[in-house]
This record gives sequence, C-alpha cells and structure tokens, in this order.
Amino acid sequence: MDSDVIISVRNVVKTFRSPGGDEVRVLDGVTFDILRGETIVIMGGSGCGKSTLLNCLIGEYTIDGGQIIYSTERMPEPRDIGELPEAELNEVRKRFGILFQSGALFNSMSVAENIALPIREHSDVPARLIDTIVTLKLEQVKMLEHRDKMPAQLSGGQKKRVGLARATALDPEILFYDEPSAGLDPVTSATIDELMIDLSKKLLVTSVVVTHEMDSAFRIADRMVMLERGRVLKLGARSEFEALRDAPAESLTGREEKLMNQFLNGFSVGPLTDVHGMSEYEKLIIAG
Amino acid sequence: MSDSPSSGPPASGPSAGAARWRRMVEGVGGAVIGWVDRCGETVRFVGDMTDLLGHTLRWLFRSVFVPGVRLRRSALAYQMVRVGVRSIGIVVLVQIFIGIILALQLAPTLRDYGQLERVADVVAIAVVRELGPLISAIVLSGFAGASIAAEIGAMKEAEEIKALKAHALNPYHFLVMPRLLATVMMLTGLTVIADVVGVFGGFLTSWLVLEVPPATYVDLTQSALGLKDLFTGLFKAGVFGMLIALIACCEGLRVSGGAEGVGRATTATVVKSIVALIGVDALFTAVFYVFEI
Ligand SMILES: Nc1ncnc2c1ncn2[C@@H]1O[C@H](COP(=O)(O)OP(=O)(O)O)[C@@H](O)[C@H]1O
Ligand SMILES: [Mg+2]
Repeated sequence: MDSDVIISVRNVVKTFRSPGGDEVRVLDGVTFDILRGETIVIMGGSGCGKSTLLNCLIGEYTIDGGQIIYSTERMPEPRDIGELPEAELNEVRKRFGILFQSGALFNSMSVAENIALPIREHSDVPARLIDTIVTLKLEQVKMLEHRDKMPAQLSGGQKKRVGLARATALDPEILFYDEPSAGLDPVTSATIDELMIDLSKKLLVTSVVVTHEMDSAFRIADRMVMLERGRVLKLGARSEFEALRDAPAESLTGREEKLMNQFLNGFSVGPLTDVHGMSEYEKLIIAG
Repeated sequence: MSDSPSSGPPASGPSAGAARWRRMVEGVGGAVIGWVDRCGETVRFVGDMTDLLGHTLRWLFRSVFVPGVRLRRSALAYQMVRVGVRSIGIVVLVQIFIGIILALQLAPTLRDYGQLERVADVVAIAVVRELGPLISAIVLSGFAGASIAAEIGAMKEAEEIKALKAHALNPYHFLVMPRLLATVMMLTGLTVIADVVGVFGGFLTSWLVLEVPPATYVDLTQSALGLKDLFTGLFKAGVFGMLIALIACCEGLRVSGGAEGVGRATTATVVKSIVALIGVDALFTAVFYVFEI
C-alpha cells in the first residue's frame, strides 16, 4: 500500500435488514483511498449512505464485505479494522477524533470535563496539566469563557465547537466530521469551516468530512468523493469538481457529468430527480 | 345468518359464512403469531441481559485484577448515592406500613389459637426473608431502575454512547458496571434498613394496639430469627439489585425513536422489573423450601 494512504477503503459493502425483513444494500462496493494530511469531503444526497460509511470507518458498524485498512503512525503495519480485536481497535480509536452531527457532548458533564475525559482516561497526564490542555483546546475553538457551562446551556454552534475541542483533545491523526454545518446558520457554519481549516493546518491532521452543504464542501476540501446509491460516482481534486459545477449545461456529456452538475449546483431538475426521462420542455429549460 | 353487523352491502349466505370463517381463522392466527412474537421477544431480551451481564462481569474482573483498568470508584460512589439515598425515605415508610399490616392481619387468627404474641415470629420471618428484599426491590425499580433507563436511553439518543465508543471508552465498563455495582450494594443495604423498620412496625403495633408486652415481642423475634434467614434475604436482595440494573441498562441501551422511545424504555423497565422480581423470588423461595434453607 502507498505510504501516503492513511485509510484505504476497499470494496466496502454494508447491508441493513429493513423492518419488512428484506436486505437493503446501503453501501455497495465503495472503494477509495484517504491520503495522509488531506481534507477529503464525502458528499451525496440524503440517504445515499454517507453516515453509514462514516460509521463503518470509525468501527461503529461491522461491514458485510470488503476491507477498511488503517495505517496510522503508531501501527507497525497496515491493518484491516474488521479483523482487530476490541483492545487493538481501541488503540486505533485513540488516534482519531470525531465531531458528531449533534456534537454528542456528555450532557452530565461540564464543557471542561467533556474535554478532560478522553485525556484523563487514556493518558497519565497529571490533573494540573490536563487543566492546561483543556484551556488550550478551548482557546483554539474560542470557547474559553464557556468552560464551566453545561452542554444544555450552549447553542448548536457552540456545542459543535466544544465537540471539536473534545475531538482534538488527544491530538489525533485523523478527524472525522459528520455534517458539521447541519442545523447551523450560514455565518456560524462558515466559522466552523474556518475552524476546521485552521485545525487541519495547525495539527497537520487528516480530515474526513461528510456533508451535503456544497458551499462548505468547496471551502474546505482538497479532494472530494461523490456517493450515489451506495457507490462512488466520482473521486477527484476540488478543482475537478469546481470545473464540473461551473460547466455550462450544453457542454456536459453523459449521465454522470449531468448528475454531478445538478447535485453540485443544487438544481431541482436533472438526472438525479429524473425518474421517467426528461420531457422536451424540461430539456429546454435546462438548455436555458 | 346472512345479515352482518358491518356496514356495506349485505353479502349473500355462503360467502358471508366463508368470510366469517376467514376472519375467525385470521383472528386466531394473528393472536398466535402475536403470542409467538412476544415469546421470541422475551427470549431475545433475556439473551441481551445475559450478554450484558457477561460483558459487565468481564469488565469488573479486569478492573479488579488487571492493573491500569480502572474500577471507577468516584462513578460508583456517585451512583450509590443516586440509587440508594433517594430511596431510603420511601423504603422506610413502606416497610413501617408492611409491619403494621402484617401484625393487624395476623392478630385475629393467632388470638383464636391463644397465641397472639406469636405475631412477633411471623412478622420477623415474613419481613426478613421475604418482604424486606422484595418490597425494597420494587421501590428501587421505580426509583433507580426507571431513572437509569431514562438516563442511558437519553444518552443513546444524543449519540453519547457512540461518542463514548469512538473515544475508546467501553459503555459496559463506563456506564453499566458502576450502575450495576451500585444497585446491588445499595439494595442489599436498603434491605437491612427495611428489615429493621418492618420488624419495628410490627413491634409498635403489637405493643400499642395488640398489647403484647414489648419484652416478650423482642424475645420471640430474637429466637425466631437465625442468621440463615437474614442471609437468604440479603442474597435475594443482591440478585434483585442485579436484575433491576440489568433490565434498566438493557432497556436504555436499546432505545431508539427519540423522546418517545426513552419514555417507553422507562415504563418497560418498571413493568419488566416487577415481573422478573416476583418470578425470581418465587423460584428462590421454592428452592429454599425444597432444600430447607
Ligand atoms: N441502522 C440502520 N438500520 C436500517 N437502515 C438504515 C440504518 N442506518 C441507515 N439506514 C438506511 O441506509 C440508508 C442510508 O442512510 P445514511 O447513511 O444515514 O444516509 P445519509 O447520511 O447519506 O443521509 C437510508 O436509506 C437509511 O434508511
Ligand atoms: Mg447522515
């Protein structure tokens, strides 16, 4: 495996059993590499399997096929996390941080305790030093004045900031973000993006971001992956995606390009929403 | 025969009969399937509980014997206060009443036999062996069981459990173990209080209402009770505490579907706990009876 690859996703399959009893293939052979130090954005429409993929990447779900191969700095050799026993999986987990969609702060603990918890549990750092680290982490996300508040007293954006501080508490190699701008106003969302870019520069982490907010995706991404119906539709540099987004409709060839163009621009008409084939009238509209 | 109570066009004779038969068969079939489903669900739940117990005991073992794995003393202390202390008042109140009720109910029969003072023996045995642990456990399932289920359920809903795992913290070690230990220890402690208070309720009633001399009552109580009685009661209390904690944690960890799901888990915890407690109690009592313990 390429030494620049930190996570290699190989043919990952994940099925769920629907309440009716039949199997639904949510991920159907997803393959791509995540490179060390990059910010990669995973995007796609609602229900296409982004969160499922993230849950597979962090070892929350066991996959039904394929491999997810990690090669973090402390691992002597690349390992498939599906084959790791829990103790070793936990060693991998200590090397990554996650910002959950809702922040997922521990509601029974104060802001400072939330950030101190992973440090206290996973290191022998003395209490006084933990305090200093907590201050530093809160300073980084500009939440120092809220240090003694409880999560219930914070706004959505503030919770995400604290969540981010907690995710970085153990100086991770990889940061995962699930819909970081969901439920936030555009300005707050932009400040979270700034923070993400800032952190990835300062901590030299690999960032894996799941989102369907295109503005945010184009602000932060080095590379992008587009999922559709449980498969990778396109993987490429941000510039390639920008070119596809800005391409004039008449220059697009093939279903894939048209679909990407529709999604990236958020058009309501196009192959994504086209069930029975486009009417002549709709084609005229798209052609301008 | 052919006029059906349902609205709609009246059906002709034979087909209405067939429809009625079909409805009946469907109704019976549905009931049977529902019943089989419920049995399956019960078996699954007991399986989940056993699994949870296994994981938790393994973590407990590791915390005690493997250096570096923490026993979480502060979490344990916090849970003990939360589980036990709030329940003390209610347990005392309920057990006083139990003592009074027992004494008054037994008095007429015993008086007929001219052995009114034997109220002391019966109250002591009933409270220490049976009602002390059982009633305390039922009170605790309402107090602690429901609140543990609601707490863990809310954590599940807020992705906190997922966050714990993602931080390499095991929920069995982090959440279930302290709650299980706290419930077992506190219910055992509460039962000691319940025993004393229940016997005291019987004593007060016998002394003030039935006019049994206090010294006689104390003597009879002492001679009626052996250490064996105390220990079977406390052993049961420990098992009851384990059941309550397991049911509550299991229900909490299964929660899905928002606030409504949390509410369902709370109710289910109390209902399942009470059924499980009384069922297991009957089992123990039968075993103790057969082996004359
Ligand atoms: N735990 C689950 N059980 C059953 N189906 C699920 C589960 N999680 C997700 N799904 C289904 O998988 C599909 C993809 O879900 P998800 O990964 O959450 O999509 P996204 O995050 O891209 O919006 C959806 O159709 C959803 O209904
Ligand atoms: Mg999602």
